[in-house]
Amino acid sequence: MSAVARAPFQFWTRLTLTKLTGRCARDLAELCEQLRVVPPSVVFHHTHHFLVQHQHLSPEPPNDFAFWVTNVLQEDRLGERLAAIDTVQFASLHALRDRIVAVLDSYLEGRHALRVAPAGEEFHFMDAVSFTLPTHHQARTLAEFAQGLRDVGHATIAYHLFEARLRVGAEDNDFSRWLERELGERELAAAIRNLDPYTHTTEGLRQRLVALVGSQAPAEAAP
Amino acid sequence: MTGGLDAYARFVGTGTIEEIRLLGERLRGRRVQNINSTAVGGGVAEILNRLIPLLREVGVDAHWDVIHGGDEFFAVTKTIHNALHGQAATLSEHDVAVYMDTTAQNLETLALSDDIVFVHDPQPAALIQRRAHGSRWIWRCHIDVSAPSPAVWDFLRPWVERYDAAVFSAPQFSRGLPIDQVLIAPSIDPLADKNRELEPHVVESVITGLGIDPDRPLVTQVSRFDWLKDPLGVIDAYRLARKYNDCQLLLVGGSATDDPEGSQVLAACRERAAGDPDIHVVELPPTANVEINAIQRASTVILQKSVREGFGLTVSEALWKAKPVIAGAVGGIPLQITHRYSGILTHTVEGTAYWIKQLLNAPDFARRLGENGREHVRNNFLLTRHLRDYLLLFLYLGHLGESLVSLDGRRA
Repeated sequence: MSAVARAPFQFWTRLTLTKLTGRCARDLAELCEQLRVVPPSVVFHHTHHFLVQHQHLSPEPPNDFAFWVTNVLQEDRLGERLAAIDTVQFASLHALRDRIVAVLDSYLEGRHALRVAPAGEEFHFMDAVSFTLPTHHQARTLAEFAQGLRDVGHATIAYHLFEARLRVGAEDNDFSRWLERELGERELAAAIRNLDPYTHTTEGLRQRLVALVGSQAPAEAAP
Repeated sequence: MTGGLDAYARFVGTGTIEEIRLLGERLRGRRVQNINSTAVGGGVAEILNRLIPLLREVGVDAHWDVIHGGDEFFAVTKTIHNALHGQAATLSEHDVAVYMDTTAQNLETLALSDDIVFVHDPQPAALIQRRAHGSRWIWRCHIDVSAPSPAVWDFLRPWVERYDAAVFSAPQFSRGLPIDQVLIAPSIDPLADKNRELEPHVVESVITGLGIDPDRPLVTQVSRFDWLKDPLGVIDAYRLARKYNDCQLLLVGGSATDDPEGSQVLAACRERAAGDPDIHVVELPPTANVEINAIQRASTVILQKSVREGFGLTVSEALWKAKPVIAGAVGGIPLQITHRYSGILTHTVEGTAYWIKQLLNAPDFARRLGENGREHVRNNFLLTRHLRDYLLLFLYLGHLGESLVSLDGRRA
């Protein structure tokens, strides 16, 4: 008999509207200066929109800062360091911002001549307004959970793995928490927790999640 | 003709269509009045023709009104348009009077919505003086106003600042304004004649009809004959590449008969191409959407070597056909092409020639660029994304200034 959750898993989605901040940077000093003062939602946009907008390109480049520094300023060494920032390790956007600023600061220390972006290729800081809303998909069993993963949009996958954790400060991802609490699926919850979501495309993540769920209960969760 | 919203599921997945319907449910019955200055022709009318039926399908009470004006009014708004694009210009007292008088005449006949009013471009901008209490107004700017003629911007800005939000197509097109500014890029319709799938025999028939050999590589630029599209630079780049690679060049654009400068550019292209049977310079009527579609599908490499550009949506049209695109890094093109991932960005004739050779000689790399480009367009520049962004914008009007909005109720 397969386990049935008392509280169903409600699949939500998160859709974003991009706002222009009017702030831009032409070199590393300006990038660092602006980054210190922009709202956390701006940091979130530039470290996460790639995941949805450039699904086919991920896992590289991982964030807008690394991409701009590497491809526009052609500061390859710094670009690599920014790309290597382990986003999944940060429990808050403030902490993530501090880390990015620290990497920029240490690179800027002692430098006097900075490369300037060509006209038209400045870094434009953008903000994200996030709208969260419940979808029509719910799950009470592992099989329904697997089916939900197959049916929902990419934004739903991203929301439960990234948004809930970083934007609203939850320490765990929604999938692992529900699987462990409601179905007692400790191993499966741990396996999902141990994924580095920033090294997959969102479609890749969906397939990986479906495979993980299927491996725990292959007969039940098969399509 | 295009189908309803569900017809787009095969391009973007049922999850995306469901998300759009969820947003529509929260706007059910809300009245959105679009106002622009022309019902036919031009990108704005094309977008509204596509989006309004879909907005209504998902529950929004969307309407579209067109302001009326005489030749004198449209001469003034043409001056405003060019000045916003950076051309040096001023408005005389008479020009301002014509603009304001026409606005007043339209205010007498237009029944303005007391819910959401969505004004497109500068022509109807001053209608906001009759804003109903409690209504929300959006100014949708389809042009690049990053470096406008100051005198003309000073005239328009006070009107724009009375709106709740302004929408721009690219970050670099915007101005510093004290109101919320939103980024919403334009889109292509995968079901339109210009973009839909074509049978191979249709593609071959169009190509052979133009005298092009379907068995040899074809490099193409689709754009109107305009110096800013650098067609002579395209011919020069082709000639540099042609020294090492067998290929044909096709420059194809809309008819230039009503545009004196277009005729000059066309004549210059024909002169530069003279004597080379592998260079084809072709004029097509504006309605030749299937032909343009077939040409793009038959091409090996597509160029958009612009030196100045608006959004440059022809790039997305080419990428949607999974073609490797080499384009100038100007206007909205860098939003559509990530260099060496979803296409190639160049700055010079020599760079363009270099990349034509690379892509002709490395077909696997060229194919990957095209495939990535198609996926990038699928995620960002299809009509469904445009529709979703407009729905989010309408919802945002009830949450101005917020960065996290929970829509767990049924209606915003």
